[in-house]
Amino acid sequence: MVLLTLALVVPLATAILTFLARRTPGLQRGLSVAGAAALLAVSLVLGAEVVAGGPIAATMGGWPAPFGITLVADLLSAAMVVITGVIALAVAVYGLGEIDPAEERIGHHTLLHALLLGVTGAFLTGDLFNLYVWFEVMLIASFGLLALGGRPDQLDGAIKYVALNLVSTLAFLAGVGLLYGATGTLNMADLHGAVPDLDNATVVFTTAALLLFAFSVKSALFPVFFWLPASYHTPSVTTSAVFAALLTKVGVYALIRVFTLIYDAGMPLIQELLLVAAGLTMLTGVLGAAAQNDIRRILSFHIISQIGYMVLGLALYTPLAIVGAIFYIIHHIVVKANLFLVGGVVKKLTGSEDLARIGGLWAAAPWLGVLFLIPALSLAGIPPLSGFWAKLVVIKASLEAEHYVLAATALVVGLLTVYSMSKIWLEAFWKPHPEPARAAGRGLDRGESWALLAPIVGLAAITVLIGLVAAPFYAVSTTAADQLLDPSAYVTAVLGARP
Amino acid sequence: MAVVTAPVAAAADAAPTGRPLARYGPALGSATACAGFAALIPTIADYSSIRVAWPWISGLGVELSFLIDGLALIFALLITGIGALVLAYSASYFKGHHKLVRLLVLLVLFELSMLGLVLADNLILMFVFWELTTVTSFLLVGFDHEKADARNKALQALLVTAAGGLALLAGILLIGAVAGTLEASALPAAAAALKADPLYPAILVLVLLGAFTKSAQFPFHFWLPNAMAAPTPVSAYLHSATMVKAGVYLLARLTPALGGTGPWLWTLTIVGGVTAVLASIWALRQTDLKLTLAYTTVMALGTLTMFLGGASAIALAAAVTFLIVHAFYKAALFLAVGILDKKAGSREIDQLGGLARPMWRTWVVVALAALSMAGFPPFLGFIGKELKYEGALAVASEPLLVVTFAVAANAMMVAVAGLVAIKPFLGPRTATAAKAGEPPFAMWLGPAVLATGGLVFGIAPELVGAALVNPTASVMIGDRVAKDFKLWHGVNIPLMLSILTFVLGVVIYLALGRIRRGLAAGEAHGLWAAESGYDGVLAGTKALAAWQTRVIQTGRQTQYFLWTTTVLAALLWAGLAMGGFAVMPRGVEAISLIELTMLALAAFGAVATVVTRSRLLAILALGLLGSAVAAIFVFYGAIDVAMTQLLVETLIVVIVAVALLRLPRLTPAPGLEVRWGHLGVALATGVATALALTAVLGTELDRRITDFFEQASATEAFGRNIVNVILVDFRALDTLGEIAVVVVAALGAVALLTRRREHREASR
Repeated sequence: MVLLTLALVVPLATAILTFLARRTPGLQRGLSVAGAAALLAVSLVLGAEVVAGGPIAATMGGWPAPFGITLVADLLSAAMVVITGVIALAVAVYGLGEIDPAEERIGHHTLLHALLLGVTGAFLTGDLFNLYVWFEVMLIASFGLLALGGRPDQLDGAIKYVALNLVSTLAFLAGVGLLYGATGTLNMADLHGAVPDLDNATVVFTTAALLLFAFSVKSALFPVFFWLPASYHTPSVTTSAVFAALLTKVGVYALIRVFTLIYDAGMPLIQELLLVAAGLTMLTGVLGAAAQNDIRRILSFHIISQIGYMVLGLALYTPLAIVGAIFYIIHHIVVKANLFLVGGVVKKLTGSEDLARIGGLWAAAPWLGVLFLIPALSLAGIPPLSGFWAKLVVIKASLEAEHYVLAATALVVGLLTVYSMSKIWLEAFWKPHPEPARAAGRGLDRGESWALLAPIVGLAAITVLIGLVAAPFYAVSTTAADQLLDPSAYVTAVLGARP
Repeated sequence: MAVVTAPVAAAADAAPTGRPLARYGPALGSATACAGFAALIPTIADYSSIRVAWPWISGLGVELSFLIDGLALIFALLITGIGALVLAYSASYFKGHHKLVRLLVLLVLFELSMLGLVLADNLILMFVFWELTTVTSFLLVGFDHEKADARNKALQALLVTAAGGLALLAGILLIGAVAGTLEASALPAAAAALKADPLYPAILVLVLLGAFTKSAQFPFHFWLPNAMAAPTPVSAYLHSATMVKAGVYLLARLTPALGGTGPWLWTLTIVGGVTAVLASIWALRQTDLKLTLAYTTVMALGTLTMFLGGASAIALAAAVTFLIVHAFYKAALFLAVGILDKKAGSREIDQLGGLARPMWRTWVVVALAALSMAGFPPFLGFIGKELKYEGALAVASEPLLVVTFAVAANAMMVAVAGLVAIKPFLGPRTATAAKAGEPPFAMWLGPAVLATGGLVFGIAPELVGAALVNPTASVMIGDRVAKDFKLWHGVNIPLMLSILTFVLGVVIYLALGRIRRGLAAGEAHGLWAAESGYDGVLAGTKALAAWQTRVIQTGRQTQYFLWTTTVLAALLWAGLAMGGFAVMPRGVEAISLIELTMLALAAFGAVATVVTRSRLLAILALGLLGSAVAAIFVFYGAIDVAMTQLLVETLIVVIVAVALLRLPRLTPAPGLEVRWGHLGVALATGVATALALTAVLGTELDRRITDFFEQASATEAFGRNIVNVILVDFRALDTLGEIAVVVVAALGAVALLTRRREHREASR
């Protein structure tokens, strides 16, 4: 299955080529966009393949599973890679209008594609240790992107980010090591069979605890999300957007993958922990957002809150809830990235992200208002946009599982999301600009407006599309959830049919 | 569905040209749609309904299904009919305004959302439109968004109705779970199951929260008068004639499914009645005519709610009739107040007077509407009021209560009608009269048509009664209602009550000045402060948010570390507790002295790394730890692993030591401060990890893969050092990834150093 390999080769090759082309900015930019487009193309073909024929797998270096490393794509992985391709193209184009040329010269494009390599690898690997490796690639690439600007606040954020994430990575490594010691395998499909056979419950629970911790930090769950609000508002908007879209979602993906395939989220204690963490994550995240006055800080805290909904879907561990979690992830990635991108345009037009210092955009740039409202209302769960269906499914699943407190939490958090989104709307768009002289704002020049607005319009269109034509997306989420809850097709794709 | 799409097409035509055709296009589209709906009246009058449906998200039970029955048709006619008049009015009211196009677009979007709301059969689909009306209303209330007041009021309307909306969503989902269907038309069949289900009280509370917030029932009423920050045509349309009735519509729609029970009856009667009476008192208190009308709208909504509580056919017919009556006179009066504001320059009752001569055409309209409002014959308002009293008497359980509420509210309505129709026009001339003049035709048309409607339908009540009210009441009661609509019923109790109402109304009108002063004094003492609940919740949420963020996101990395590690330790211990603490692994007793020595060295290295204040010592101690571990590998025969480990350790010590030479010294802190909490967490984590490890060591190692590596390394991968073969062949992808890590790290380091130099040079 050359497609699986291609999905890794494309970002890797793009990273290398953009590095080689660092002295010719035009070429470098072209390569970066072309690489992102190629990744999207590959991911779409991969997605179509998996939709048509079920999970596919490829062994690396020709060593059969479980001895070598296997790449594998079931529908969840394929969907995640497709959405990664979409985001890759969006931020690659957006970056053309936003990234400081100095940052381009010293490696923005290379780091971006290295990050995409890590993300794609994490989604596609069928090997637990290999997943750890892709986590490291992501970690170091994102550290580079955070530190690229070199401003003191950026370095401060970068250090906090990398140090706290290292704790998570260490726990991950320890968990993998212990699990390998107990089962003798790293292949996740193989672990699916091996872990339930372990007669030592201590091993099962302590390794589960280590992995749960590691992925919770990555997903920015309560109470281990400190690194996220400490860093996400500091780098370039392009970088923020790609982080917001993908990094925590890799953590959620890992939680879903590991706690459906290797362990199951319905395990005693694990389920309770996930349920409580999901509720508190929703709540603390949105309250954090309500307390902020800076666009990107508000949006960053929102990420945390929304992660809560996804994890709630996993924690409920009913078929419908898993569908909700997957639908939520897909919707959220598109919407969240777009909000950051719009925030970047707001900054360009008004000169700041501090809500106290900006305003007047609904009068000066109503088109931007519409482009903001689409993802903002979607995030707040207003129908008929994508976020409404995502919330609807998760809440319906909570009610059906008779977790009324969590359903109520999800609803209240929805209201608080409306509130914090309206904060941006009231201050940045409705309020007159505090400095009347700047009220008109500066316009965007032609090239800039293409680079900045095309991705925003594209992502907004996807949001509307998911909302209005939700049925196919719901169907994909349903199939993906079925494959997670009954991984026999996944296991067969990796290990072959076994008696 | 051409009926529904007509306004869209018209809105698209409303290009920002300012040409009359473009400006009045939306109004024409809306009028066309209204005519289309009117064509359906004969079908509906025949007690039949029309349903169309397309699949949407079948997996969730969500369909694009639309239903036109009496209830839906009445609302559709009001929405499109009043919509046409308001759109025409707005085009004239905002002529030349730079935001005219924006206003028309938003109004048309609202109109479509509202239409969708009343036509949807699927409850989720209805909710979709429900929320869209909330959003468009938000944007319209904040139309004058340069004013902070308009912004805050818009936010208030949004939050109150959105909160109710979320409750409603939960209610709908529960209905779907219990009834097994989300189609409103299929719910009556499941009514018995719904009412018997243990979830019924929860469903009722959630649905009523949605309806009461949207329809401004006490104690959620406050957002509606505040929403008067919107331009007057918007208030007339959204906050009087249509959107605020969405809650009433919902109650009517769900009456067959949820209504008729004790909790339903009592809640609706009491909440509606209290809302109606309180709102009429507040209405008397106002001096701004627009606010007066806003409170009378709240009063009307309360009355409607109260009558929907009564399960009798007459009470429901009364509610439906009053719904129509109110839409006609209230929209007319709102639009007329807009005319006064525009042409006489004020909405304040005390500043208006003597306008009967300069604005006689407006006066005629206001007088007609006010007469209907006060319930004089032969206006439709009279029939509506008589029906109300008849309906009130028919409410089996508490007729006296309902009658009292109704008479009190109606009497105050008479007083308010007098206030609006008499004082500005016949009162003593004020400065405003001098410059006042008649409005343009397009502004006058709307109120004129509506006010005349109140008269025409009063004289020929069968036009609405048999055609619309009876089929609608039938939908709600689930049985054919064929009420006779007549102006004159002979001398009966309702007529007596009507006369009582007029007398009381006149008394109140005459005493109005004193009443207002009394109410103002009461207000100064903090009465009627339901809104403070909203303010309190909002302020409380903000304070909570600020507090929790201060506590959690302190900005101090040590604290983040402490918490993160504490969570890790807690999880590990929880895992150990769940799994049971393992006994010592096999072979412990066979540990040799030299192994123990290496262990001690490793432990010494670990402790030294942590406690030393010298970076160089720390890295050396770390190297010691690593080397001791490597030595242990040697004892167990893993020479290749040991070699790799030693190599890595040595390189790290050398490279870091070189780097350290270039770093500034740490200033040594006086004395060694021990953070006991940190120490405890560190120990807890370490011990738990060790216990987990012993548990693993207690299991038999599955050698499948190890055996494969040992056997295939030389024969298939052509390498003798298994570690090397694993790295470059069996698991080469890992290595590729790790190479990427190293290269990217180098790239990041170079970037950082370059930027440092650039920053330094820039600052020079």
